[in-house]
Amino acid sequence: MSRKSFRQALNEAMRQEMERDPTVIALGEDIAGGMGAKGAQDAWGDVLGASKGLLPEFGRGRIYDTPISESAFIGAAAGAAVTGLRPIAQLMFVDFFGVCGDQIINQMAKFRYMFGGKATTPVVIRTLFGAGVRAASQHSQCLYPIFTHVPGLKVVIPSSPYEAKGLMIQSIRDDDPVIFFEHKAMYDDQEEVPDEPYAIPLGQARVVREGADVTVVAIGRMVQFASQAAAALDKDGIRCTILDPRTTSPLDTNAILRSVERTGRLVVVDEASPRCGMAADISALVADKAFRSLRAPIRMVTPPHTPVPFAAELEDLYIPGPARIQATVTEVVKYN
Amino acid sequence: MQISRDDLLTSYRKMCTIRAFEERIHKEFATGQIPGFVHLYAGEEASAVGVCMQLNGIDYIGSTHRGHGHSIAKGCDPLAMMQEIYGRRGGLGKGKGGSMHIADISKGMLGANGIVGGGPPLACGAALSAKVRQTGGVAVAFFGDGAFNQGTTLESMNFASVYKLPVYFVLEDNGYAESTASSWSIGGHHPVRRAEGFGIPGERIDGHDFFAVYRAAKGAVERMRAGEGPQFIHIEFTRYYGHFEGDAMTYRPPGEVQEERKYLDCLKFFRGRVASSGLLETSELDAIDQDVAKLIDQAVAEARAAPPPAAEDLTTDVYSAY
Repeated sequence: MSRKSFRQALNEAMRQEMERDPTVIALGEDIAGGMGAKGAQDAWGDVLGASKGLLPEFGRGRIYDTPISESAFIGAAAGAAVTGLRPIAQLMFVDFFGVCGDQIINQMAKFRYMFGGKATTPVVIRTLFGAGVRAASQHSQCLYPIFTHVPGLKVVIPSSPYEAKGLMIQSIRDDDPVIFFEHKAMYDDQEEVPDEPYAIPLGQARVVREGADVTVVAIGRMVQFASQAAAALDKDGIRCTILDPRTTSPLDTNAILRSVERTGRLVVVDEASPRCGMAADISALVADKAFRSLRAPIRMVTPPHTPVPFAAELEDLYIPGPARIQATVTEVVKYN
Repeated sequence: MQISRDDLLTSYRKMCTIRAFEERIHKEFATGQIPGFVHLYAGEEASAVGVCMQLNGIDYIGSTHRGHGHSIAKGCDPLAMMQEIYGRRGGLGKGKGGSMHIADISKGMLGANGIVGGGPPLACGAALSAKVRQTGGVAVAFFGDGAFNQGTTLESMNFASVYKLPVYFVLEDNGYAESTASSWSIGGHHPVRRAEGFGIPGERIDGHDFFAVYRAAKGAVERMRAGEGPQFIHIEFTRYYGHFEGDAMTYRPPGEVQEERKYLDCLKFFRGRVASSGLLETSELDAIDQDVAKLIDQAVAEARAAPPPAAEDLTTDVYSAY
C-alpha cells in the first residue's frame, strides 16, 4: 500500500494484467510514443503518461503505437478481441469517438447478440473525458451517456485512484466491451492504493458516505465535489448519503432505489450535458420506481446545455461545483 | 497452376451452393416469407470461393451486407444460415442477426456486416491477433466498391501496411454501390494504384473466371503467410440481382442483366473450362448440381418449419455477465 496518483493506479493495473495474461495487448495513438522516430522510444506513454513504461517491459509485440486512424485501431481491437486477445485500446479523448463510432456502436457492442451468443468481445477502450483543464469544446466532453445508451457496452467511470485500479483490472478481465472513462482533471489526484492486484465488480455502486437526509448520486469527478459539499452541509446539520454508481452500464439501480427509500430525497450530480444524460436517467428511474418514497422533488445538478467553453471564467461557471451542490441539497432538504 | 481434382470438385460444389441458395432466396423472398432486407451474391461466386479455397481453420474473413456467399465459402452451414435468414431460433445467430449479420466465429467467419466498410478494421484485428498469438493465420477483408471509398477501409489499408499485417483486401466491384456506378465513384479510377499508394501490391482480375481468382488469391495468401504483409485484389464482376431484393434496378440499362447472365457466368465458365480440358466429367458436375438442389430444398423446408425464437430470447446473449 502506498500513495499513488490516478495515473499510477491505471499504469499499475495495466502492467499487472499484462504480466498475468499474455493475451492482453495495448494499442492506440502514442501509447508508447516515438514509433518510427529517431529520438526516444516510450517518449509519451500515452498523452497523459498512464501507459509509460509498458513498452520497455512488454515490447513492440504487445504495445502498438498506431497511426492517427481511430476507425482502424478501435476496429482492430474489436477484431482482435473476437479472435482471442484482450486488447486495451486508447481512444485519446472521448470527443474523438465521432471518427470511429461505427466500430464501437455497431460492431463490438452487437457481436454477442447478433451472433446468437457465440462471440465474446473482451476489449477495453480507455478514454479521457471531462472539463476543467481549459481544453475547450472538442477535448472536454463527458460522452458516457451516449455509450450507456448502447446495449452491449459496459461503461465505467472511476472516481478516485483506488477505484481506477480495481475497475481497470476488472474491465480487462471482463468478457464484454468496456468503455473506461478517465477524468483528465483527476490524473494527479493521490490516495492510498494497494500494490497487489484487486478487482472491483462492475455494476456495484459504492456508498461514499451515509446520511439520513438526502441521497446524492454523483458520477466521476463529481463524487469529490459532492463530498466537499456534504462536509460543509454537515455543519448545517444536513446528513448526505453519497452514492458513486462507478458504472453507468450496468447501473446499480437497486442501490439507488434502496437509498432513496431511506432518505426520501434525491439530488443527482452529473458533469454530462443535461439532455438525455445520466442525471435525467437516474431521476426518471427514481420517479418511476420510488415515487412514493419521495418527500421532495428530485433535483439535478448539471452543466448548462452548451458546449464546454474555453475561457477560465466560463468553464468554471460551466462545471457543477461544490457550492451549487450544497445549495441544491439545502433546497431539497428544506422543501415542504 | 495445378488444382487438385478434390479442390475442383469442392470449389464447384461451393459456387453451385451459393448460386442455388441465392436464386432460391430470390424466389422465396417474393412470397413474403423472408423478413427484412436480403442482398444476393448470385453472379459473384468465383470471388468468395476462389479466395476462401486458399484459407483454412486458422484464418478469418470479414464480410459485407452481401455476405451469404462468403459465409458458405468459409464453411458456414447453409441449413443454419437459411434458418437465420428466416429468423428462426435454430439459425446461426438464433434468429437475432438475420441475413446481414450471419457469422460463425468458430469457422473463422467474423460476420456479414450491415455497415458499408465495417469489416476491414475487424479483419486487421484478426490479423493482428494471429500475429500476436503466432497462429500463422491470415485475414481476408471482403468489401465492395462502395466500401472502397469509406474511411474505415482506407485507414485499415494504411494500418495493415505499417504493421505488415497479413490482411488480404478483396475489392469486390460489381459495378454498383447500391445504384451508383463504381466507374464514377472511385476517384482516380484505378483501385490497384490506390492500393499501391498504401504500399500494398495488387492486381485486377476478371471475377467471372474462377481460375484467375484462384491463382491470384493463392499467390497473395502465400505471400502473406511468408510475412510479406497485406495484399490487394480488384475483382470485377456483375451482380444478377438488385442491391437488395425489391430493387427494380432502373439505374441499369434495359437488358443489361439478361445479357450478362448469358455471357458472364462463372459457373458456365467453370464447366466449360473443366470439360474442355478433361479435368472433370460433366456427369460429376451434374451430380453435384443435384446434391445441391436437394440441400437447398431441405434448407428451405427446414427453415419454414422451424420454430421462431422464444420470448425469453429477447433479452439473452447481450452481455456475458451483467
